[in-house]
Amino acid sequence: MIAVADTSRPHLADKARLKWDAVREKHLLLYPEGVLVLNQTAHDVLALCDGRRAVADIVNALAAQHASDANAIDGDVKEILQRLAEKSFVTFTG
Amino acid sequence: METPRPFSLLCELTYRCPLQCPYCSNPLDFARHTDELKTGEWQRVLTEAAALGVVQANFSGGEPLLRADAPQIIRHARGLGLYTNLSTGGTLLTERLAGELREAGLDSLQVSLQDADAENSDRMAGGAPSFEKKINAARLVKSTGFSLTLNVVLQRRNIGRIEAMIALAEALGAERLELANTQFNGWALKNRAALLPSRAQVEFAAEAARRARERLKGRMEILYVLPDYFEPFPKPCLHGWGRVFLTVAADGTVLPCQTAREIRGLKFDNARERSLETIWFESETFCKFRGTAWLPEPCQSCPRKETDFGGCRCQAFLLAGNAAVTDPACSLAPQHHLIAEALAESEAASDPKLIYRNARSSLQVS
Repeated sequence: MIAVADTSRPHLADKARLKWDAVREKHLLLYPEGVLVLNQTAHDVLALCDGRRAVADIVNALAAQHASDANAIDGDVKEILQRLAEKSFVTFTG
Repeated sequence: METPRPFSLLCELTYRCPLQCPYCSNPLDFARHTDELKTGEWQRVLTEAAALGVVQANFSGGEPLLRADAPQIIRHARGLGLYTNLSTGGTLLTERLAGELREAGLDSLQVSLQDADAENSDRMAGGAPSFEKKINAARLVKSTGFSLTLNVVLQRRNIGRIEAMIALAEALGAERLELANTQFNGWALKNRAALLPSRAQVEFAAEAARRARERLKGRMEILYVLPDYFEPFPKPCLHGWGRVFLTVAADGTVLPCQTAREIRGLKFDNARERSLETIWFESETFCKFRGTAWLPEPCQSCPRKETDFGGCRCQAFLLAGNAAVTDPACSLAPQHHLIAEALAESEAASDPKLIYRNARSSLQVS
């Protein structure tokens, strides 16, 4: 299992691309020969994975976006990042 | 239940190819369909596809890089927001062309390999030297900034060298390796007696792939496509007919998959005459095997019907003469004995000669 540290900076893998599917009205993650339909939360997390923001920054930004408490969503955000990293959609620096 | 919209479009830009692989998925009669769609026609097809809900465009052939307008077509696809992938034999890739493809916005570039070394690879591709060019192409893919996917079709002649092929993929720095056991349609079916591996070979390969996948986890993604002749249940072909995938062949024929035009008795529309939207939702052929309500027994009562949709229509037609029956690869299929017969025939055959895929043999065998 990949450990997600508060200070590491996740970014979307080069091979993957986020897309708003206007026909189906869904957020998608596109990659070679595959499509992942994203729920809103997963999309919001991925949209913040720019390689500059640390995990802690992403958690704070999402908390602000949804007017919720950073501690309350910390676990969920890290779980999402873990699952995406396991599929090689997200990589970490630092 | 509402008909789903397709996610993925396969564009076979041309049936022409400098290589002659005897397991090609192009139809046996490809040389009789030479009226290729022009640049503007492909662009219109892509525009229609995007409006239909397609989000991925895969470009192949034949050899798609034989089309000088490939970068132009890709640029158009990228401009529509489609994720683009091109699968090439690699022999025509130059540094300049790789750069053009990158600049056109191509997302993914795949190169095929026929074997682990020049002698065997060149022989399987028809004889002319191609292996060195493929290795060079793989290096160009990486140096141009693409992630590299290598595609290998596994068959009797190369399956024993699966570990060497995996090692080669590693040495080339491939991020993805697709090890696809031959699907016996088209040319592969014609050459089945020479290409079908034994059960022992298949088990060896599956184990090698499994070990490699474990060892390379996180470094190289290995996709292993099972040989359905050796499995108890059929592949969920296309994830269902007319559900996720759509193919437009080189001459504009619109198909549920690239081998469907070999099913005699089915009428296929052409993108020059009808829109993709109309064909997808309304054509008799697309509607005919869509969903599960049409399935015969034993599929209709089977708990797996929403998993594998009764298997592959092309295979049902090619082996049993009827596209509407259970795929004979299923152990529950009334025609399953055809698979056992094929295996017996292959084990008995004294390594028959391969019929290589080219325009002349296409005209001869069709």
